[in-house]
Amino acid sequence: MAEALFRVEALRVELPDMTRKPLFGPVPRLEILKGLDFEIPRGAVLGIVGGSGSGKTTLGRTLVRLMEPTAGRILFDGADITHLPDAAMRPLRQRIQMIFQDPMSSLNPRLTIGRIIAAPLNATSRDPRVAEALGHVGLPAEFVHRYPHELSGGQRQRIGIARAIAMRPDFILADEIVSGLDVSSQAQVLNLLEGLVRDLGLTLAFISHDLSVIRRLCDRVIVMQTGRIVEEAPTEALFEDPQHDYTRELLDAIPTPDPTVRW
Amino acid sequence: MSAFLEIRGLSAVLRGTDLRLLRSVDIDVPVGTVRGLVGESGAGKSMIGRAVLGVLPRAVEIVEGEILLDGRDLLAMPPVARRRLIGARTAMIPQDPLTALNPSRRIGRQITDRLVDILGWEPARARSRTLEMLAEVRIPEPERVLRLYPHELSGGMRQRILIASAFVAEPELIVADEPTTALDVTVQKQILGLISELQARHGTALLFVTHDLGVVAKICDSLSVLYAGKVVEDTTVARFFEAPAHPYSAALLAATPRHTDPASSLKPVPPAVMHAVGAEIAAADRSWRPRHG
Repeated sequence: MAEALFRVEALRVELPDMTRKPLFGPVPRLEILKGLDFEIPRGAVLGIVGGSGSGKTTLGRTLVRLMEPTAGRILFDGADITHLPDAAMRPLRQRIQMIFQDPMSSLNPRLTIGRIIAAPLNATSRDPRVAEALGHVGLPAEFVHRYPHELSGGQRQRIGIARAIAMRPDFILADEIVSGLDVSSQAQVLNLLEGLVRDLGLTLAFISHDLSVIRRLCDRVIVMQTGRIVEEAPTEALFEDPQHDYTRELLDAIPTPDPTVRW
Repeated sequence: MSAFLEIRGLSAVLRGTDLRLLRSVDIDVPVGTVRGLVGESGAGKSMIGRAVLGVLPRAVEIVEGEILLDGRDLLAMPPVARRRLIGARTAMIPQDPLTALNPSRRIGRQITDRLVDILGWEPARARSRTLEMLAEVRIPEPERVLRLYPHELSGGMRQRILIASAFVAEPELIVADEPTTALDVTVQKQILGLISELQARHGTALLFVTHDLGVVAKICDSLSVLYAGKVVEDTTVARFFEAPAHPYSAALLAATPRHTDPASSLKPVPPAVMHAVGAEIAAADRSWRPRHG
């Protein structure tokens, strides 16, 4: 079997707990992630699910090195990137992209769509890559002249996706990217993402609190609770035969759109 | 039996313009039943709830229609009498339990103030009724919780406080505006169960605003599907989930995620459906003239 794209070993993250900061003396530490081990195989779509405060967003941010781990190792494509300095990290950044939850606050309102997508590209390849990225997300090329406020929520989230894939990354982290959308645009964005993962051979980590969405998109699922992985399984197995009580509790709590199913 | 809340031909525009925000809306909520108001953002579902409670923003102007509460038209009443009627017989469960509570005042006062100052209860009666209500929403140690501030409680606990506060004066109608959208699924299930249980026990009429058809399936008796301020389908929950009648509501149902059947859910709304519903609304607008206009 080929080497996994991401390998995470005994990952821990601690942060100072400012709510319990004493006037003098050291600030107590709060453990956010309590030793996580997992892999993301090349071309896989990994779902990360859990309630608020379970650490799923912190895990994502640590994975793409937006947050510094306290202990443990992160291997990307075989190389240890756990404490790689910014300069050495930079060439890897284009291979590791992120799509954020709220497209309104992650797109600069003063830039046109064209400039937003082009910003990280180098000057020679800009225009064709921007057009290509817009094509991939099913938006017309004229959108380069528009501003984020002129677009609907679903269109804005597609710009977020276009910006990520314009870099031709190997890996994308998507953190709750459909939770702010109406169901009709939610379905569109998910279908789009599903197609892109397949066509471009992307590896995706998809963070969500919504198990129904995870089931549709992901191959494997990690269930998190208070900073620990309580269950990891192929999607099918997780839904058909959940092993951990917390997974069962999450599944039971989903309101299925069917009044005949007792809740 | 006539409905406790009847909305008849309600239309609203953006003040000073011809832009319609609500389009001849008809909605009934009989005593002791739960009516879901469903739609995507901007469909006008919250606006209807706010119109009933008399708290529309100034920019929204009602141009025709009736809102009958127990047979009396709120829109035809003088403002003071209207506010008194709404205050005495209705209540609201808001979406965000943190912003709905005053962060600088204790929980107890926030519930009893309305009973004492507006409904004219004796303070002792207000306090004992509040304690009873907190126990009913299963808040442990109600005596102690009365003295706490909102930030000392979890999101689920805060939502329980607001539910207690809504039911405390035995209103006949409650408007719930996305009351569980900000909560985790496991907490959502508990809170919806609680709202259902209290609604049934007290025989309250409930107008339940939500974007989630899954939630509708679990707690509503009937529903109105809104698009662009117009009710496109008004039906019972049993019939709707069996076979939705309007193409737009059928598309909305097909777009809703369903973990038990991933292949046939999360279907994007076909452009043709959006076109057709847009045309339906444009046609209705062409034949519409405000009565007083």
